[in-house]
Amino acid sequence: MTDERIHRVTMPKWGLSMATGKITDWWAAEGDDVSDGDDLAEIDTDKIAGTLESTGDGVLRRIVVAAGSDAPVGATIAVVAPAEVPDSAIDEVVAEAEQQLASGEVEEAGGPAVAEVDVGGRMISYASIGEGPEAVVLVHGFGGDKNSWLFVQEPLAEGRTVYALDLPGHGASTKDVGDGSLNALAATLVAFLDELGVEQAHLVGHSLGGAVVADAAASAPDRVRSLTLIAPAGFGSEVDADYLRGFVEASTRRELKPHLRKLFADESQVTRHLVDDLLKYKRIDGVREALQTLLGTLLHGDAQAIDTGPALAEVDVPLAVVWGRQDAVLPSTNASALADRVQVRFVDGAGHMVHMENPAATREAIESVLR
Amino acid sequence: MARTISYREALNEALVQEMERDQSVIVMGEDNAGGAGAPGADDAWGGVLGVTKGLYDRFPGRVLDTPITESAFVGAAIGAATRGMRPVAELMFIDFLGVCLDQIYNQAAKFRYMFGGKAVTPVVIRTMYGAGLRAAAQHSQSLYPIFTHIPGLKVVLPSSPYEAKGLLTTAIRDNDPVIFCEHKALYDTTGEVPEEPYTIPFGEADIVREGDDLTIVAFGRMVSVAAEAADELARSGVRCEVIDPRTTSPLDEETILESVENTGRLVIVDEATPRCNLATDVSALVARQAFGSLLAPIEMVTPPHTPVPFSDVLEDLYIPDAQRVVNAVKNVMSWER
Repeated sequence: MTDERIHRVTMPKWGLSMATGKITDWWAAEGDDVSDGDDLAEIDTDKIAGTLESTGDGVLRRIVVAAGSDAPVGATIAVVAPAEVPDSAIDEVVAEAEQQLASGEVEEAGGPAVAEVDVGGRMISYASIGEGPEAVVLVHGFGGDKNSWLFVQEPLAEGRTVYALDLPGHGASTKDVGDGSLNALAATLVAFLDELGVEQAHLVGHSLGGAVVADAAASAPDRVRSLTLIAPAGFGSEVDADYLRGFVEASTRRELKPHLRKLFADESQVTRHLVDDLLKYKRIDGVREALQTLLGTLLHGDAQAIDTGPALAEVDVPLAVVWGRQDAVLPSTNASALADRVQVRFVDGAGHMVHMENPAATREAIESVLR
Repeated sequence: MARTISYREALNEALVQEMERDQSVIVMGEDNAGGAGAPGADDAWGGVLGVTKGLYDRFPGRVLDTPITESAFVGAAIGAATRGMRPVAELMFIDFLGVCLDQIYNQAAKFRYMFGGKAVTPVVIRTMYGAGLRAAAQHSQSLYPIFTHIPGLKVVLPSSPYEAKGLLTTAIRDNDPVIFCEHKALYDTTGEVPEEPYTIPFGEADIVREGDDLTIVAFGRMVSVAAEAADELARSGVRCEVIDPRTTSPLDEETILESVENTGRLVIVDEATPRCNLATDVSALVARQAFGSLLAPIEMVTPPHTPVPFSDVLEDLYIPDAQRVVNAVKNVMSWER
């Protein structure tokens, strides 16, 4: 029987189509102490590159899959255990892992399960993972979808149920956004909780999603246990209106890519697959009209048309706010509008997609209000 | 929501969704209802390989089963298009285009030009091309270069189920005559396809795989052959960029030239016979506009300049395969000035 103190670090499943990943670099070396949330390795898939974080404390006792090598999802790629666990026990786990890799008998990690639910006659698609009495609901931003949480959703699911939904007009959900108002989106979110039987949830919203969760919390305060706002819309007037309009109008790779570069501090995050996936979404019937309707909610001329402050003022729950210091879409200076309410966590080296560029900082902020 | 379906199902879904969306879309061709030896509507095959199956009952009066008269029904489809319909005519095997070429190249292709842009001809001619199904010389050719040569026609070569649905939807909504070429050997291939209607613009190539050592441009079914070769070459450290132009007219010249300017090496894979095909066309494009970037001569992987053989063994030898692409890439990579 394996020593329960030994923790197997496995190849994660970032997205439904991910079958293997390549370890491009190990950030920790054998013998290093690692803590929950520490960066362990850089992993490249055919769609995206990301950082694998430790989900436990201990010593990185052994690296099973070296940098530069591929491994299937679910494969043990390293072993973490306290120093007092004997080497013989580690050797046993490593031998088993190597045998599984050699034979190809690796049990694939589950990853989030995708389902859909009828919310007021409109189909809402969502991904869920984990089990537990606490529910966390992740709400993406304008033009995004549930997959944008791929680095955050699974690590949050330890002892909790974590949902990520596609807002109307986005991802695999209905493209009918109604009047596209913030109230309508927030009402859909609350109705989504109703349909899933979630009495109370911790709400996490990015960008437009930040404004949506704040509005939902104000309209249904008894349903919300905490709020985490990530580069939220509706604070301050500044917004890159050219980005928003350009994103809606772009229909080819060449047109879209320059706009997407504004989302990240590190432009190399804008991979061909990221662009292609967004184009596939944008080319679905009804998406362009939906985004144009929502644009009317977001913009007044070149300034933000929504003001999330009044809604947030009505909310009395634990609050965390995260903002990428290099955010070019909603500048981090907008956070000054929140200065009286909460200490904003600014993340250096991250742009608007801070939850993709620095998932550890984002997860830490979310967990600070879950406790 | 995306799910996995076949190339055949993807085409069928595009037809169904467009016929539901637009009452002016009609389907016509041989065996669209009925089929060889079948009694007719009671056993509608949906064309010789089943792409239009189910449409006859679902859209009464809008699926027309025609006699073996390509010149008549292709002409009728073109005429109907000029009068406000959006016909999708099935020219079964591309090898039969000769009998209706006047209607296509001498009429439909020219209407917009001849009438100063005031005439629209929103007709789609679906047709099957390609070798590999033991269908012999008169049912296996890859004649899409002939259509590509004719100004006024748009020519589409979908390489996967995703491309098949999105490109056919675009074709049906387009106001110009579109020749939509489906490879017979792709009908049973599967891939992820969104359930919702969607379009893929003409003239935008898909970069199937990124790489900076060598560019492979491949057409239609040859895209998967090129991708297989690129996978094998990647294991030996050669990173190939694989480009699927998706449409040969318009052709996304910019993506091809940008890639060659980055890699300096080019291999083109084309199932059409080697004289005046897409491989020679792309080769000329690059030689003329990116000559200074080339580090080695351009290689073309094509069948020999012969009819498609009837013998199974010879037909297999005729069709370009991944090994031939690998050999061509290695040849280019080893070239030194």
